[in-house]
Amino acid sequence: MQDVLKNYVEGIGASILGLVNGLGKFSNFAGQVFFWAIQPPIRLKLLMDQMYFIGNKSLFIIGLTSLFSGAVFALQMYLGIKAINMDSIVGPVVAISLAKELAPVFAGLVVAGRCGSAMAAQIGSMKVTEQLDALEVMGINAHQYLAVPRVVGATLSMPLLCGIFMLIGNLGSWLVGVQVLGIDEVMYFQKLSDFMTLSHVAEGLIKSAAFGFLIGMIGSYHGFEVKGGAEGVGKGTNLAVVWGMVTVLVSDYFISSFLTKIL
Amino acid sequence: MADAITFTHVVKKYGDATVLNDLTFGIPQGKITTILGFSGAGKSTLMKHILGLTRPTSGKIVSLGKDMSELDELGLREFRRNFGMVFQYAALFDFLSAFENVAFPLREFTKLKESEIKKKVESLMQAVELVPESWHRLPSELSGGMRKRVGLARALALEPRIMLYDEPTSGLDPISTQVVSDLIASTAAKNQDRKLTSLVISHDVRASLRISDHIMFLERGQIVEYSTVEGFKNSQNPIIRRFLEL
Ligand SMILES: Nc1ncnc2c1ncn2[C@@H]1O[C@H](COP(=O)(O)OP(=O)(O)O)[C@@H](O)[C@H]1O
Ligand SMILES: [Mg+2]
Repeated sequence: MQDVLKNYVEGIGASILGLVNGLGKFSNFAGQVFFWAIQPPIRLKLLMDQMYFIGNKSLFIIGLTSLFSGAVFALQMYLGIKAINMDSIVGPVVAISLAKELAPVFAGLVVAGRCGSAMAAQIGSMKVTEQLDALEVMGINAHQYLAVPRVVGATLSMPLLCGIFMLIGNLGSWLVGVQVLGIDEVMYFQKLSDFMTLSHVAEGLIKSAAFGFLIGMIGSYHGFEVKGGAEGVGKGTNLAVVWGMVTVLVSDYFISSFLTKIL
Repeated sequence: MADAITFTHVVKKYGDATVLNDLTFGIPQGKITTILGFSGAGKSTLMKHILGLTRPTSGKIVSLGKDMSELDELGLREFRRNFGMVFQYAALFDFLSAFENVAFPLREFTKLKESEIKKKVESLMQAVELVPESWHRLPSELSGGMRKRVGLARALALEPRIMLYDEPTSGLDPISTQVVSDLIASTAAKNQDRKLTSLVISHDVRASLRISDHIMFLERGQIVEYSTVEGFKNSQNPIIRRFLEL
């Protein structure tokens, strides 16, 4: 009994130490990325490649999920609100939810799953085949060449994807609310413009940029940390997805409470 | 002949483990020197010191007349352009074609025009005897021997003063092994006039005896034997005798 307890406590202790150690390494990595982001040369082509890659990988899924999230949210709101005869409020409720939470968080989860994992896989397999060493031997910093374009690319791409999510989500909401359920169209748009403000949109876009930054950092970090062969790459890819998604959901709370204060 | 690289009492420790144990030697300029030794002897660590990818625990390394300890991080990056390195598994960039891999250092470090880059890459490809059909394939579509050749062409692109080869023939079939070691020799011969120094890490005794001028045998971070090929063949050291009989 005592042994079980002892093992249990030691297990927890080891996980905490592991986490602290990991955080230390991650901060060190982030420091490197910051340092090399501001050293010349600026590699615009690599940045463009990354933005294209991120868009290409996630646009279709984001289009599909946003349309249906907007649609189902409109349906549920309508069912809840119809009884008190406020169905025209569906427009702004869905739009504000999309702008503040649904769009940035869902887009973040999609990009973490599709692109964070791909970043870890690409960098990780380059590491195990000595391609990172090849860069260093040529005098090119691997953080600058690989991590910086991915982090900056994800930071810039996420607000675009988030904006697209908002637009298509509202299209889904309008289709279901006005076309299917028969909410009066004039009232729908009237209420939308009454309640919806630019700061709602701004909150979502800023948040999504922060998510993109974190996803890019986490994806690249787990690539650079890969050890061993193909197996190590698989492990790094998994870690990138799990930590990317967890970080989006956890940081969402903190970033939101911060942004509501300043916006 | 002057030495391209000299080590003076170089010690490298990782924790308690002494990986390089008080090494003092010179690598002659314009020659092919091979470092032989079993796995874990410290060969790759030695090469990393030459490139300044790691620093010695103590001792002094002078490379091309430059004391490496005087170079800071950015200075080292500049300095590394004097080297061309061929990696064990070629380490080609997997997102670039063979042609673009060879063009990579030219695009990064020279201001050559596109047409000049094309000409230069083509002549490098011909020098390593890579047929034009494979120039625009991705590394994953090339055989191990072809990848090695592309890696060699890429390493030669900036006309380095020292070529480093880390286990250039391991993992290759006997014919590719022969071709690649011949390429190392012919590369050295073609660049004889500008005194290209070649340093090869290997555990392939036969190929090394064939192409090298000098051979060093490393074991547990210490030099067991370092002499000309003739001297090496006739060494009476029991470790070398055993290795030669493998
Ligand atoms: N970064 C490192 N940290 C700790 N030990 C290392 C490191 N690099 C190499 N070693 C150790 O140094 C010894 C020599 O390694 P290495 O130079 O790779 O040998 P070789 O290339 O001759 O096979 C090995 O025992 C290896 O485990
Ligand atoms: Mg080695």
